[in-house]
Amino acid sequence: MNIHGNPEVVTTHAVHHDEHHVHHHKETFITKYIFSQDHKTIGKQFLITGIIWAIIGGLFSVLFRLQLGYPDQTFPILETIFGKFAEGGRITNEFYYALITMHGTVLVFFVLTAGLSGTFANILIPLQIGARDMASPFLNMLSYWFFFMASCVMISSLFISTGPASGGWTVYPPLSALGQASEGSKLGMDLWIVSMALFVVSSLLGGLNYISTILNMRTKGMSMTRMPLTIWAVFFTAVLGVLSFPVLLSGLILLLFDRNLGTSFYLSDIVINGEVLPNEGGSAILFQHLFWFLGHPEVYIILLPAMGMVSEILSVNSRKPIFGYMAMLGSLFAITILAFLVWAHHMFVTGLNPFLGSIFVLLTLLIAVPSAIKVFNWLTTLWRGNIRLTPATLFAIGFVSLFISGGLTGIWLGNSTIDIHLHDTMFVVAHFHIVMGVASIFGMFAGVYHWFPKMFGRYLNSTLGYIHFWVTMVGAYLIFWPMHYEGLAGMPRRYLDKSSWVSFTQFGELDKMITVVSIIVFAMQLMFVFNFFYSIFKGRKVTTQNPWGANTLEWTTPIRPGHGNWEGEIPEVHRWAYDYGKDGREFIPQTEPVGENEKPH
Amino acid sequence: MQTLFIVAILGLGFLITFQIAKASEYVAVLRGEDKTRKQTNRVNAFLLLLFLIIGLIGVYYCNEKLKGKILGEAASDHGVLIDRMLYITLAITFIVFLITQIALFWFPFKYQESDKRKAYYYPHNNKLELIWTVIPAITLTVLVGFGLFYWFKITGKAPKNAMEVEVIGSQFKWEFRYPGKDGPGGRGIFGKKYFKNTNEANGNPLGQLWDDPANHDDIYVSGEALHLVVNRPVRMIIGAKDVIHDVGLAHFRMKMDAVPGTPTTMWFTPTKTSKQMIEESGNPNFVYEISCDQMCGKGHTGMRGTIIVETQEEFDVWMAAKKPQYEVAKEANNPQAANDTAAAKPVAAVINNK
Repeated sequence: MNIHGNPEVVTTHAVHHDEHHVHHHKETFITKYIFSQDHKTIGKQFLITGIIWAIIGGLFSVLFRLQLGYPDQTFPILETIFGKFAEGGRITNEFYYALITMHGTVLVFFVLTAGLSGTFANILIPLQIGARDMASPFLNMLSYWFFFMASCVMISSLFISTGPASGGWTVYPPLSALGQASEGSKLGMDLWIVSMALFVVSSLLGGLNYISTILNMRTKGMSMTRMPLTIWAVFFTAVLGVLSFPVLLSGLILLLFDRNLGTSFYLSDIVINGEVLPNEGGSAILFQHLFWFLGHPEVYIILLPAMGMVSEILSVNSRKPIFGYMAMLGSLFAITILAFLVWAHHMFVTGLNPFLGSIFVLLTLLIAVPSAIKVFNWLTTLWRGNIRLTPATLFAIGFVSLFISGGLTGIWLGNSTIDIHLHDTMFVVAHFHIVMGVASIFGMFAGVYHWFPKMFGRYLNSTLGYIHFWVTMVGAYLIFWPMHYEGLAGMPRRYLDKSSWVSFTQFGELDKMITVVSIIVFAMQLMFVFNFFYSIFKGRKVTTQNPWGANTLEWTTPIRPGHGNWEGEIPEVHRWAYDYGKDGREFIPQTEPVGENEKPH
Repeated sequence: MQTLFIVAILGLGFLITFQIAKASEYVAVLRGEDKTRKQTNRVNAFLLLLFLIIGLIGVYYCNEKLKGKILGEAASDHGVLIDRMLYITLAITFIVFLITQIALFWFPFKYQESDKRKAYYYPHNNKLELIWTVIPAITLTVLVGFGLFYWFKITGKAPKNAMEVEVIGSQFKWEFRYPGKDGPGGRGIFGKKYFKNTNEANGNPLGQLWDDPANHDDIYVSGEALHLVVNRPVRMIIGAKDVIHDVGLAHFRMKMDAVPGTPTTMWFTPTKTSKQMIEESGNPNFVYEISCDQMCGKGHTGMRGTIIVETQEEFDVWMAAKKPQYEVAKEANNPQAANDTAAAKPVAAVINNK
């Protein structure tokens, strides 16, 4: 930490540098690891909390897959764990819906939003743009602790007698608004709303910080178009979050009013179990508009950081520049804009005006254009490269594969005609798990394998990494590819027991296979978690500053950077981040001045 | 016991894998990291190619195995359009799928790291970008064009001769109402209803207003199948009593949410009678099913209704045996209820409720 005592550094970088660093010489355990204001530690906190949530959320999916794969068997262990929620070793219907609701909420918000963009925005923004920390390290710390509080509230809802929220992660009222309609809509739903409100606060504090840091604190020479695509991706992610999360919050507050204060924003004409409710004049569909105005950008909040990291990792490991940097940037921008204009494609069969629906069809399929550009650019980046297949590269390739598979089924669902048949069937489940869930998790894994050496100064065990990749890749396709057929048969999602049906009983064997594979894949993720924690303490040590031979600034910091990131001055940037294989040189770091005879790119 | 066994096996597998992984790391250090890295690189490049080949075979195998289990031919006119759109989209997206996936897994194999190769510095090419902006844009325009053409056909106005039926969802059952024949030309008119009048005990499960004469011949059906006439368009007026449900008709390929407070509609023409479907599917238990497709609470998974599609004659016979709900309610509240129309007015209902 000698930099803080160095007057020269302080004066040179007064603009970039928070005053208070100068006074903090001694850090206690609490300020260093718990209430830390160092962006790297906060990033790690997000990552580890995200991992814990991923284990919980993933475990839930394994439990309800047991029910789906083996509907007529009992599992006494479930009763041991869940008591009355799994009486006689069978998950009750109510609790099944609680499990899928928690699985969705946890993975979408806590793992793939906080765990993904929270982690990598925090770790990479200052390191890759050349800043000592975030614009406001204190708000950044608060962002994590609001997330932590949100987590505590959500966890607590698992332990109340009426159980957690069980109306699906989309919490459509009136189901979520009326305690009479479902056990989970009692106290569990209030806790869900409070938890999400805290989460929105966390996300806004983080997002505003990311945006202001990227706009204001880039090092000398780091113009916006010299930034690595990871930074552009988290920048657009933050913009999406800042503009859409408040809409979710307002929607949830109205829901809270309907639940507790007797208002009728979403309620009208309701007779429940013979009881006539007084509410009139509300619209249940209004909530869906408010929800999906966040809900759809949320998909891109999850995907964009993964896209950014994949771009970076594919370029570094192909030893080639990313193909079409400006096109990649333009398509990120186009996706960001369009993300706000397609929400009603989740609502084609709600009674939406067909003309309005047609506009949303057009805008939705329009998103396929920037997505196609990105895919072709990734492919061209690989073309004629000299490709090093590190675990990170493999996960990045896996991301592209899943993004193609899931993106193409999006063209089916975005077309309202086909959506009439496929809406709310297992086809949708297969589609969004591939394109949003598994693809983004792959992006996250790629990021973890690639930047682990920067985070902890050690490597993850790469043999385990390869096994992890192959089992997960094969497993993901085995689980979700055949699931499309269930949807084509019209099988609705969220059906746990098909025994009373004639039309949906033909997939019993398939459901068993999917369950077995998902258990194996889940076990494989536990091995990754083990590898992660083991390697933090016992992994092979990083001995070179720039182990991947990358151009970006984070690899110019010491192997284990302290708070402030660079000892001495922050390096100046002279070129874009993608000069790989130029003029016969393997890579040219961003800090190297442009030579006199160098070709422009 | 079985669970314990599985956990033990998983644990053991876990341990062994970890030991191997650890050992391989030490071996790598001993043999020289560079050499080991190049070897694993070759292995993984080969595996990517293998994954592509086996994956494509798997896609074919999966389709062979499961294509017989999806629903067969659509049983409505709109269903045929939807299926056609689906296959147009399938054809286009599958071609794109093949091209991109093959490139994606072939390139890392072909261009895997080698001392002999130098990466080709190729930062951008505007012509290429233009090509793969314009081609997807044109393809998507075609898909949007087809899609909207069918969409407006399906969501357009129902034909004049369409029969009307009201479908009401509630936790966790379906109820139906036919309008009778009180309109001009024998077309039925639905009587007005108001939700605060709903009272099952008084024989008024839908909250009909008995002082509206249009209600006097409306037929209420519950606990049995909805009957429709083959080749006659049907317009469904869909509602819900408590939470959002969804009328999902997989065989007709139709679907529409049932929203409390906001009635929705959809129409289609069933083209195959139930008997015909039993023959075609070879399944003697075949029945058209109404599935609730919108999560509605703990009974969602069993919220099942059935439909019988039959000829006009069969339908008329079935309908002739039905008694209007007005009569049923009158009997239930004998003798006043039928005359006591005042209670049915909305204003009165509000007061009564307080």
